[in-house]
Amino acid sequence: MNKKILFTLPLLITLVLFGYFFWALTKPGRDPKILPSVLIDKPAPEFNLTALENLGVPGFSRTDLTTNGKISVVNIFASWCVPCLAEHPDMVKLGKRDDINLYGINYRDKPDDALNWLNRNGNPYHRVGRDPKSRTGIEWGVYGVPETFIVDATGTIRYKHVGPLNPGDLENKILPIIDNLQAQK
Amino acid sequence: MIAELGQFAIIMALLAAIAQSILPLIGAERLDSRLMAFGSQASLIQLLFVFLAFGCLTQAYIVSDFTLVNVAENSHSTKPLLYKISGVWGNHEGSMLLWILILAVFGAAVAAFGRNLPVTLKARVLAVQAMIGVGFLTFLIFTSNPFARLLLPPENGRDLNPLLQDPGLAFHPPMLYVGYVGFSVAFSFAIAALIEGKVDAAWARWVRPWTLTAWTFLTGGIALGSWWAYYELGWGGWWFWDPVENVSFMPWLMGTALLHSAIVVEKRNSLKVWTILLAILTFSLSLIGTFIVRSGLLTSVHSFAVNPERGIFILFLLAIAIGGSLTLFAFRAPSLKAGGIFSPISREGGLLLNNLLLSTACATVFLGTLYPLFMEALGGGRVSIGPPFYNNTFVPVMVPLLLLVCVGPLLPWKRADLIGVLGRLKYAGLATILAILLAWYVTEGGPLLAILGLGIAAWMLLGTLSEWADKIKLFRAPLSTSWQRMIKLPGSTWGMTLAHSGLAIAVAGMISTSAWKVEDVAVLKPGETISVAGTDYRFDGVRELVGPNYQAVEGTFTVSQNGEFMAVLKPEKRLYNVQKMPTTEAAIYSTFVGDYYAVIGDQVEDGGWTVRIYREPMVTWIWFGCTLMVLAGLLSLADRRLRVGAPAGKRKQEKREQKSQRNAAA
Repeated sequence: MNKKILFTLPLLITLVLFGYFFWALTKPGRDPKILPSVLIDKPAPEFNLTALENLGVPGFSRTDLTTNGKISVVNIFASWCVPCLAEHPDMVKLGKRDDINLYGINYRDKPDDALNWLNRNGNPYHRVGRDPKSRTGIEWGVYGVPETFIVDATGTIRYKHVGPLNPGDLENKILPIIDNLQAQK
Repeated sequence: MIAELGQFAIIMALLAAIAQSILPLIGAERLDSRLMAFGSQASLIQLLFVFLAFGCLTQAYIVSDFTLVNVAENSHSTKPLLYKISGVWGNHEGSMLLWILILAVFGAAVAAFGRNLPVTLKARVLAVQAMIGVGFLTFLIFTSNPFARLLLPPENGRDLNPLLQDPGLAFHPPMLYVGYVGFSVAFSFAIAALIEGKVDAAWARWVRPWTLTAWTFLTGGIALGSWWAYYELGWGGWWFWDPVENVSFMPWLMGTALLHSAIVVEKRNSLKVWTILLAILTFSLSLIGTFIVRSGLLTSVHSFAVNPERGIFILFLLAIAIGGSLTLFAFRAPSLKAGGIFSPISREGGLLLNNLLLSTACATVFLGTLYPLFMEALGGGRVSIGPPFYNNTFVPVMVPLLLLVCVGPLLPWKRADLIGVLGRLKYAGLATILAILLAWYVTEGGPLLAILGLGIAAWMLLGTLSEWADKIKLFRAPLSTSWQRMIKLPGSTWGMTLAHSGLAIAVAGMISTSAWKVEDVAVLKPGETISVAGTDYRFDGVRELVGPNYQAVEGTFTVSQNGEFMAVLKPEKRLYNVQKMPTTEAAIYSTFVGDYYAVIGDQVEDGGWTVRIYREPMVTWIWFGCTLMVLAGLLSLADRRLRVGAPAGKRKQEKREQKSQRNAAA
């Protein structure tokens, strides 16, 4: 290769990089902290996920969101995700309630790892669907694990929480929304 | 009144910096000694004013002057004094001012300590340093004024984010910034050298202590940050591959490469263009780090408030700084004369390989950090990159690097005999095999990869120690001779041995705690016991506490093994009064072989408490190793050969150089 071109290579790479930065900063409405809100108040996507073998709860598909007339909390989790463990006690609390559904989507995980993780920490989910290739996760607009969705009894997504439920989030955000939706019914 | 003084001071500092970035440059071109000397004076004036501004802001925080927006948003009158002071840099504006202060300190330090730098080089270095200052002072004054007033001051402030109210985090940002900003000196030297068109051994000797200073502080800053994450976030982890962590790690990797390649320029006058490029890239990565944390480009747990306007401003600043320097590089670097040649297997070759591996490792981290952004821009939707990515890309690149850490220093310059060198490491090799077998036995055949990883760490440590023993002829000469040789070892040699050993120890800690960490979550009622990895944790109950600006629930655990008492752990769950934000304060009992770590969560309906228990084997080794690396950096800095100002050392060095030139000629 021509030596001169070699010396301009760092500059060219940097220019491309800055093009990306500029795009990201000027794109209207882009805020990485807020979810792309396209999914809010839209019906949940179609999916049909297989169960985690030997866990003892069934798999999870789109129809489960609308069959029993309850509000559903859908939690995206994985055994390799440390914050998931941090929010796990909150999931345990939610899972004990029988007036709502708590469904888990096991995201990009190995079945054995997921099973061990749930056996060790307790399985709060009423249904768990495996999403090893993150196909369903992409449909749900997942870009970080964990994420928590609240879906009403008609299968419409009403709320999305990105990242772990920090202390206080359950009481201050999730539960009030569930109460609100239940009151609306 | 004092805030207005601070406002005035940053404007004066900007004016000084503008003059400093132009006049010495003209002086160096025209060989006008008065204009060149102005650079030193201006850098001191600039420092004085930035220091004054910083003092004004600190005063506002200490007396809780809530007429300032910045203080009202980030402080509170009941906050302990330490956190009032650390609150100065716990927010975007204040941390930017700290950044600029450190930049000014480094500029003034070059002016003060660089008395025997060639005058033109010194003038140009100071001018480039001032240009960076101009950029960031403009940014501060026009988009992030820390001295903005409030028309209707509130009665009290909104308090600092409780997670940041911690002694570890009080010192983490200043150390990190000294690291980031310290690389600006290497950058300024690189740009000045490109303008001058000359890079030689003397240049490398001037650059090294500055790079070493920056590297030492950056190492300390990163270690402190990871330690904070470990005990404050309550997840028992010490590194999360979070974008904000990554952006501090990338300059570290590049800076480490720069530290090593500068040795080749200094000793062998080779790899010059590469070293210049590394100096530019290291500081560019520091700048990008500063930018990413503040622009809201990527999501992260601990970034500052997002403001797109600021993002665009700082992006243009970066485009000018990085784009400009790389353009200069593209034009001027091809004309730099190549230095001495060497065979692939030699000290130079080893250091070059070290550089290539470190740069590749840095590239993988870079790709992992920015890949989500690239995907999104290309319409691929939002994706997240987690630890599996880094385990599959970063770790494989690091393995050969770590294996070769103790081989490199044994290679002679120019041409080496690899078989002979490996022969000198045979005892280290044998001892490593024993260490692997021991690890195998202790862990009862635990994960093979982790045991081999421990083997790598053992090899690094033993190889480094055997090289040290070789140097002082331990056991091959009378002990008194060895002792004599040992105390005569120069500081930089000690530094190398200590830094490599520290790295080995840190790696051992990282591998052990990743592979053999045990964690458990349970709901316990007072009096109940949970057993984790053979250790019993008895939950004795909770009591309520009232702190200066928070209320807390404190749990008590009695830790015992086989009925034998070990420690009492008192984790807290705090609720800060102002921000209504709860934090967990983990309780940790540290031992040489591992940590016993307890976190208390919420109370559940039936009166039990959620508790999380972690057993973290050898986790403290990570920070012990990092401490050794920091000490190594300081020891090296104390080496008089690096202090260009020390006349005796310099004379010796010149003699040595003449000798080596004669040898080279012969």
